[in-house]
Amino acid sequence: MPTILELKNIGYSYHSLHGETQALRDISFGIEEGEFVAIVGPSGCGKSTLLSIIAGLLAPEQGTILANNPDGSLRYPRIGYMLQRDHLFEWRSVYRNVTLGLEIQNKKTPERLAQVDRLLQEYGLASFKDKRPSELSGGMKQRAALIRTLALEPQLLLLDEPFSALDYQTRLMVSADICRLIRQAGKTMVIITHDLAEAVSLADRVIVLSGRPAVVKAQIPIRLTLEDNSALAARNAPEFPFYFNKLWEEMTNETA
Amino acid sequence: MKPHKKQELTKQEAFVRQHRRLHHQIAAWRTVLFLLFLTLWEASASLGWIDSFFFSSPSRVFFCFLDQLRHNSMLTHIGITLFETIASFFLVLVSSLALSTLLWYFPKFSRVLEPYLVVLNSLPKSALAPLFIVWLGTGPVTIIVAGISVAVFGSIISLHTGFQQSDEEKITLIYTLGGTRRDAFFQVVLPGSIPILLSTSKVNIGLALVGVIIGEFLAARQGLGYLIIYGSQVFRLDMVITSIIVLCLIALLFYRSIQAIEHQIRKRFSF
Repeated sequence: MPTILELKNIGYSYHSLHGETQALRDISFGIEEGEFVAIVGPSGCGKSTLLSIIAGLLAPEQGTILANNPDGSLRYPRIGYMLQRDHLFEWRSVYRNVTLGLEIQNKKTPERLAQVDRLLQEYGLASFKDKRPSELSGGMKQRAALIRTLALEPQLLLLDEPFSALDYQTRLMVSADICRLIRQAGKTMVIITHDLAEAVSLADRVIVLSGRPAVVKAQIPIRLTLEDNSALAARNAPEFPFYFNKLWEEMTNETA
Repeated sequence: MKPHKKQELTKQEAFVRQHRRLHHQIAAWRTVLFLLFLTLWEASASLGWIDSFFFSSPSRVFFCFLDQLRHNSMLTHIGITLFETIASFFLVLVSSLALSTLLWYFPKFSRVLEPYLVVLNSLPKSALAPLFIVWLGTGPVTIIVAGISVAVFGSIISLHTGFQQSDEEKITLIYTLGGTRRDAFFQVVLPGSIPILLSTSKVNIGLALVGVIIGEFLAARQGLGYLIIYGSQVFRLDMVITSIIVLCLIALLFYRSIQAIEHQIRKRFSF
């Protein structure tokens, strides 16, 4: 598989009058096309900073990112970003929320709008088009947020602890659901999480970051034998405890 | 299950009934209080407890109002004051929206201006009125400027504070969707600040009225402020009190109108 992005020796520090805090040091890894990468690490280690750098919202202080766009050009892949909360705007209808990105980029073409309609239909939100976001359930809000992101046809999706605002039961269902939909859409994904079980159950590869300044401690490819397609299938896979313990060890021997 | 459900329904009904009763009670007490005040005022004037030359009475106010309507073009005075207040209110709204938007766009600029705004806001604006008269003469322009000066600085400060309290993550969302700072303003900051815009408007319409009356005291030949000053100078206190009561009604009218607009906007945008 070709890599879509290649991070090379990324470093970043936060500056204040009291001094410099190094958040990221010498981070290097590649993201393959169609791959699901989870990034785990102790809280406050700079995971979100790393994601902002990949998204192009922050410029790295050291290092470079090489782009190998799957379409053959050297253009930076189109990024879709999902934040910790759904951030649907209450002053817009569900439909006007999911088309927000298209509106901002002036891309409300008939083809793109048809694609949005198709996604609304497919994700069971078609009859909620004219409702307010507050009338949706937690899972439906996440689906709407996903449509808003997918409407811009991103090549790489970045998810920053996207389910952390949900209660545990909803979270299990929604995270499996959203990731299944992203796989179906054939996208590449990088997800940040502090939930090791979530990382093992969703990702093809888990990257473990150390505490601040964050360096890549380990990269663990995940291969699970799935029995069925249910939301909890990955958590019932025979290899699940092995990977979970391995990640746990990587995380804990760091703090010790 | 059924009896349980029925019981719940009656409890709901009881709640609705009680809610309505409370509503009626409050409306009734308001009317009673008003009538009581009028009766007490009228009675104490006619029984000689107060001198109705100084304190007037409801009937004198009523006849004075009719008299003013007929001979002294009361309606023109009311119209002038209304016009001046509404004009300064809208100018305050537009200019404070424009300025606080600029302050939000250019944070450095806002930090530079901050102490100036604070000083101008705390300055008693009536101190400026004599200057306005010298600069602009007497007339509606001076009075509208006085109305603006009372409300505009506080309005800029509260709108700008409201803009700054917009959800940072929602702004990040706009950037992740490829938006600019302009998109962030129009999609997140402005719609998110509508509740603050509404509450500021409620304050502003009152302040504009204060400014307009101050202006009319000093620099007018027409308007309720002028009537009050004129009435006190010729010792026709009926006229003064009538004008004050009309002012009360105007204040109530403004408040109710903004409330109605607020209701419409909240319904439309479901805040």
